[in-house]
Amino acid sequence: MADDAAVALKERYVGQPVERVEDATLLTGKAQFSDHLPTRAGTLHAAILRSPHAHARILSIDTSKAAARPGVAAVITGEDVRAISDPFLIVLRQPMHQWALAVDKVRYVGDPVVCVVADDRYHAEDALAFIDVEYEVLPAVVDQEAACEDGMPLVHEAMGANVASVRDFTYGDPDKAFAEADRIVKLRTYYPRNSQTPLEGFVVNAEYHSGENLYDVASNYQGPFTSHPVMSLALRVRNSQLRMRTPQWSGGGFGIKVQIFPYVVLMCLASKIAGRPVKWVEDRLEHLAAAAAAPNRVTTIEAAVKNDGTVTAFRFDQLDDYGAFLRAPMPGPLYRMHGILTGAYDIKNLAVTNRVVMTNKCPSSMVRGFGGPQMYFAIERLMHKVAVEIGMDPLEVMRRNLVPEGVFPYRAAAGALLDSGNYPEAIERAVNEGGLAELVRRRDAARKEGRLYGIGLATIVEPAQSNMGYLSNILPRDERARNPKGGAVANATVNVDPLGTVSVTADSIPQGQGHMTVLAQIVADELGLTPDDIKVSLDFDTAKDAWSIATGNYSSRFSSATAVAASKAARKVRDKLARIAAPGLNVEPEKLEFAGGKIFDPVNPDNAVNLYRVAGSAHWTPGNLPEGMEPCVRETGSWSPPELESPNELDQINTSLTYGFVFDFCGIEIDRDTGMVRIDKYVTMHDSGVLLNPLIANGQVYGAFAWAVGCALFEEFVYGDDGSFKTGTFADYLVPTSFEVPEPQILHMESPSTVSPLGAKGIGEGNCMSTPVCIANAVADALEAEGVNTDDLALPLHPSRIAKLIHGAETAPAAGRPELRPHPEKPAAGHMLTGDGETFVPAPPEEVWRTLLDEDSLAAVIPGCHRLDRLGENDYRADVSVGVGPVRGRFIAKVKLDELVEPESAKLSGSLTGPLGASQGEGHVRLTPEANGTRVSYDYSIVLTGTVASVGGRMLEGAARALVRQFFNRLVAQVGGGPEPAESWWSRLLRELGIRK
Amino acid sequence: MPQLNRDVRHPVSLTLNGKKVQGHAEPRMLLSDFLTHEIGITSCHVGCEHGVCGACTVLIDGNVSRACLTFAVQADGAAVDTAESLADDEGELSALQQAFKKHHGLQCGYCTPGILMSITAYLKEKPKPTEDELRDMLSGHLCRCTGYVGMVRAVLDYCENSGAGAKAE
Ligand code: FES
Ligand code: FES
Repeated sequence: MADDAAVALKERYVGQPVERVEDATLLTGKAQFSDHLPTRAGTLHAAILRSPHAHARILSIDTSKAAARPGVAAVITGEDVRAISDPFLIVLRQPMHQWALAVDKVRYVGDPVVCVVADDRYHAEDALAFIDVEYEVLPAVVDQEAACEDGMPLVHEAMGANVASVRDFTYGDPDKAFAEADRIVKLRTYYPRNSQTPLEGFVVNAEYHSGENLYDVASNYQGPFTSHPVMSLALRVRNSQLRMRTPQWSGGGFGIKVQIFPYVVLMCLASKIAGRPVKWVEDRLEHLAAAAAAPNRVTTIEAAVKNDGTVTAFRFDQLDDYGAFLRAPMPGPLYRMHGILTGAYDIKNLAVTNRVVMTNKCPSSMVRGFGGPQMYFAIERLMHKVAVEIGMDPLEVMRRNLVPEGVFPYRAAAGALLDSGNYPEAIERAVNEGGLAELVRRRDAARKEGRLYGIGLATIVEPAQSNMGYLSNILPRDERARNPKGGAVANATVNVDPLGTVSVTADSIPQGQGHMTVLAQIVADELGLTPDDIKVSLDFDTAKDAWSIATGNYSSRFSSATAVAASKAARKVRDKLARIAAPGLNVEPEKLEFAGGKIFDPVNPDNAVNLYRVAGSAHWTPGNLPEGMEPCVRETGSWSPPELESPNELDQINTSLTYGFVFDFCGIEIDRDTGMVRIDKYVTMHDSGVLLNPLIANGQVYGAFAWAVGCALFEEFVYGDDGSFKTGTFADYLVPTSFEVPEPQILHMESPSTVSPLGAKGIGEGNCMSTPVCIANAVADALEAEGVNTDDLALPLHPSRIAKLIHGAETAPAAGRPELRPHPEKPAAGHMLTGDGETFVPAPPEEVWRTLLDEDSLAAVIPGCHRLDRLGENDYRADVSVGVGPVRGRFIAKVKLDELVEPESAKLSGSLTGPLGASQGEGHVRLTPEANGTRVSYDYSIVLTGTVASVGGRMLEGAARALVRQFFNRLVAQVGGGPEPAESWWSRLLRELGIRK
Repeated sequence: MPQLNRDVRHPVSLTLNGKKVQGHAEPRMLLSDFLTHEIGITSCHVGCEHGVCGACTVLIDGNVSRACLTFAVQADGAAVDTAESLADDEGELSALQQAFKKHHGLQCGYCTPGILMSITAYLKEKPKPTEDELRDMLSGHLCRCTGYVGMVRAVLDYCENSGAGAKAE
């Protein structure tokens, strides 16, 4: 065995591209995701009625009809929730009360209003259509800059304003730097609302155990467990009375699954009310409209610049739109990057204003990159502009301002302690190995041919493992001094059972990042085993596993946190086993080596004992253990780096533990006619410290890059001026496919972290921060060559946006041509349907008039009307069932007739509310007498909000036409006294082909 | 064509991965719900329920189909194949699956079973696609984790070294 052991000794798994232990289960379709978790008999299924309005007062909710539907066990409203739970805690002291269901008001399209639980999901969804909610629609506040102005509608009246927090910070002497600058370069940047939208949505299984007053939850939550007390306080139970379990498999998270927590609370309450377990699975529309989004940000950024390209100060004004509520840990994106606001640059003077504003949009949250994409978009667009203004090569400006070589650890102006790196060298290597010179030649050649080609650069510092005190800076100094926060605890446990098998549990809650594999590598190395020998179980249970406030998977926490805890736990196990083995081998424990499943004396490898035997003795013969040693082999490693302190009195804070470095450059070409951007070449250099598994590390880069391409070119949650939500499907919220995402060239440098024991840093978020702005800079470069001003370049850079910059705004269509559909970039209101037409009725105008104004005959004319209530003079409320194309289900119609000119014309106005959302409309009817009857002509315009607007209102144009036509056909039938005329197959065919209306 | 009544659970039989299975479904029940909640397999994932993401892709009588756009009753009597059918009975991964593992073609794995089914059917028609052709085909699926690089490499490697195209040469 001696030779084997010696060979095995050299075998280390950390740092190797070890194939993933997760894959076999996933590839064979055997992984049990949250929707597959067993549920016990009698489990109820929840469906949620959501607000179709961006902003409205809830006047009344009638659930009686829904409660009587088949299979329905309970119908729960905001008032029910308010009676047995408390609002969620938020970071700021603001009167912004949010319960698990809307109370009094709805504040965004998708705001949960009523929850139905029934014996299956189909029945629960059916019942939603039978809930009558009466709203008083309020003006919505959508634009984040307008929201800050006086006199705007208030999202939360009790706050008295929409701005929830303003904080100013100053580091160094920015005023002096700006006064002494040769020039000041200024830019205003807009970063859109987007999300990486995991393919698996939220899933919650909740059961209330009344005997123990315990809520038991299984969900694909991803942490942080700082939200655990937020949930238990809302539920009015002690922390230990909320048991949160997460399964081993989760279909993507990217930060968004942090925001399951309001739904965890909702399903807990539903279970308590219904007295049975409740399961809820979010659908895609719910996810896009109401799960979470990265906050859109407007940044005004200025640089104090010397003529040689040196930047001596930055001044930021950051305005983040958090939507309708601040949900913990918001406003994280504004503060997580705080320490590193100077990016990769050696800039000593800094002034920052951070503003948090509320609007009638979905609440914002953590999304991969967590504040970094917004911040670097501003910084790197500005640095590009600095280069253009002073006529220098952007690479030269970058080099001139980088944190120089040999100064690490380096304290950045706002407090980040950059642990290690060599930024200039990383850039030189990327420029050479990635072939920047060749790319420049390619650009020049393309431009000679008249093509639109640009090169962009970006450099960023990528933080990892957040300091739990990072949000403290939002509080005034005296307030945070009373309750200082800092640190970031990680936990992992290694167990060796009586037969010597090794198992690992840890607090990382992964969603596909390969943590099981990396933990197996780490523990295998410590104990001289192979990764296949180590069983890692990452399903998690707050009732049984070691956890702390930092527990979870976010902010690139794994490599420098959980991985370290696991290596500590494995080291403890190793030390214990060595102490047990030492007397038998007659070697001091510190001298023993572990390899090939054995513990041995390296001087005489034949003097060895099997690891499983040594571990077994701690179970089978605990009496023989060394004096004072406890039985069994189970060790937990906990780790919190000392570098993560609370903010100091200068407001400096080391917001993260490790800081990696990324430098990207790319070449893009723009199609001159269409404005479409094609990425020709993309190079990304990463210094992420030690790579624990290069295969997995590269996978993180590819994944972050792909999403970043989406952010740069396609992805945005679009809202109308009235707050209607317009991107509710994957056909509207466009995400990149294999055809749009090129393969980037990845380069690595490895400067080990000096503060994380394994030397590893984060790698999974860097490209989310660097790539969108790198592509934007390349597009700017291409456009500037044509003399286009690119100051307003906003993401996503979709063709119409770019075409407008190249060709100017589109001119109005020539007379007679149909109006072009307005682009979502500047949406007017919700989706608008318009139409007109005429029909002939074989009866005199007076009779038609009477029919329209008579309650009973009107009821017969409205398609699908089964009940008509008179609300006042010529004012009706109708209960209708409709089945035209996608418009199906039960609706409440309100119809009012006015501007009556008997028997010539009338105006109809009203609304339609139902399962597809809400619509408001008006129309005119004109009656013209003709020889044998009356010519009835009409026009209408309808504005849609809610679901219909979100899922592509364009599908509804045909349905609206058909409904209006039905109305008039029935009018003809009613007036003529005959049945509704059957449509001939010929006219039906023509109509379906769209040839005839 | 049998008469179907709403609110009535009709018997639905399938040959699922070569084995006969039976369950009941109302006419409106989606095949994706039927496979997951009535039969109890775990590979038919739902990512959008509107036909865009491809996570629910299965083969119905050999044809690539979105289970979220198919009613269970439509598949009555059909042969349905899912990712569970790809490995052998001992769980030994197929060469295509091994290539995915080798090239890190998956992360969370939620999109993966559907993608494997599309690739399986596609390579029957086209055993040696170019990278562009392959990317074009894969664009019928969304993956939010991987950036597609690993899966593209995996399929090209498989076609080069193990697939029908490799043997034919
Ligand atoms: S779930 Fe069927 S295509 Fe997305
Ligand atoms: S691996 Fe997660 S969606 Fe593809």
